[in-house]
Amino acid sequence: MDIEKYISSGILELYVAGLLTEAENREVSEYAKSHPEIEKEIRAIEAGVLALSKAASPGITEKSRIEQLWATMDERENKPVIKMEKPRTNWFAYTGWAAALVLLAGLWWVYNQNQELRTDMQTRVNEVQQLESQIEAARNSLVQTRELFNQLRDKDVTIVPLSGQQVAPDAYARAYWKKDTQEVYIDAQGLPEPPPGMVYQVWSLKLSPLTPTSIGLLESFATDDNKVFVLPNANETEAFGITLEPAGGSESPTLEQLYTLGAVATS
Amino acid sequence: MELDLLVQRFQEKDRRAFEKLYEMYHVNIHGVIHTIVRDRELAEELAQDVFIKIWNNAASYNSSKGRFFTWILNIARNTAIDELRSRNYKNLKKNLSADYFVGILERADSEDTETPDTKGLKKLVNGLKEKCIELLELLYFKGFTQKDASEELKIPLGTVKTRNRNCISKLRDNIDLEWI
Repeated sequence: MDIEKYISSGILELYVAGLLTEAENREVSEYAKSHPEIEKEIRAIEAGVLALSKAASPGITEKSRIEQLWATMDERENKPVIKMEKPRTNWFAYTGWAAALVLLAGLWWVYNQNQELRTDMQTRVNEVQQLESQIEAARNSLVQTRELFNQLRDKDVTIVPLSGQQVAPDAYARAYWKKDTQEVYIDAQGLPEPPPGMVYQVWSLKLSPLTPTSIGLLESFATDDNKVFVLPNANETEAFGITLEPAGGSESPTLEQLYTLGAVATS
Repeated sequence: MELDLLVQRFQEKDRRAFEKLYEMYHVNIHGVIHTIVRDRELAEELAQDVFIKIWNNAASYNSSKGRFFTWILNIARNTAIDELRSRNYKNLKKNLSADYFVGILERADSEDTETPDTKGLKKLVNGLKEKCIELLELLYFKGFTQKDASEELKIPLGTVKTRNRNCISKLRDNIDLEWI
């Protein structure tokens, strides 16, 4: 091996700098052991670097005394070695924001809940009002029915059953005639619904000679719930008849369309 | 042989051997670290850290892998560079190469604040070209590889090795001159 060339290649300088690979280091180290010239050269290079590094120090203080070093080591042995300075998280800020968010969400929820309850309550109020008016209507209806019932059971009422005639043998009706008030209650429950454009007309009849007098029409027959109609009657009636007539009624009864007929019982 | 023996005893955890090595090298280590961190006090603290690491890791040194000084030089560089890194220095390399001895020497000249220390350094690098001083600094103190140094100083990779040898030679000449 050409030692001169090896030395002048610059590899020993890199060896001292610690810039060689592990294998190269081992090689140089081996050569240094077997060749004193190489060992000498390495020491000279190191001396140069030592001189330069020493000159690079601007001077040291008491702190760099070896006693200080041992003291520091003892201190660290007794204390946990790693002084972890935790990155200070600003928990206050985070907690604050989190709380604000939670509060906001809560408010939103409460608001929604409130709105829902309001709508709910409005619905209930409407329902209650409806029920109240239904009750009112039912009560009214009950009062009317009771009144009607009372009228009909009055002892002065003359009850006249009207039976079905040729056109409608199954039809029937009943007349409750209150002579004192000159009113007739026609219970038309047993009459079929009149065809469109037609109306039932009630007649007061005198028998000898046969004289019919119209006492009224059973208007709005289809929509009337209890099918009881009140008509005025000041006549000395001997019989009641109901005929089907064109809307508006007729001057005289169409006898072919006589639905029911009933004579007043003579007491 | 004395050094080898010292190192061997140190590896056997001989405190006195360690103290001897400390006396031999702690100013050098301070100088290396100071070159990197540019803070005298911090460099002292870090130098202490370096020697604590050396003591604690005594067993891991192996003479077949290099010189003892090279081993502790490497520990010192890494410690100092880690320190810079931990301080979130951006563009670490740029930071490392921003301030060379040359700059310090020039400032000392212009401000006429020559201390004995800068005087010694100045004497040592006297006659060395700027590129030479920079190269030594990068390779020995700042742990640049040949490739990194060639890029940093814009010189061909192939010439780094020989140029480095020339620079070291001049440095050695200057040391020899001091004895005359």
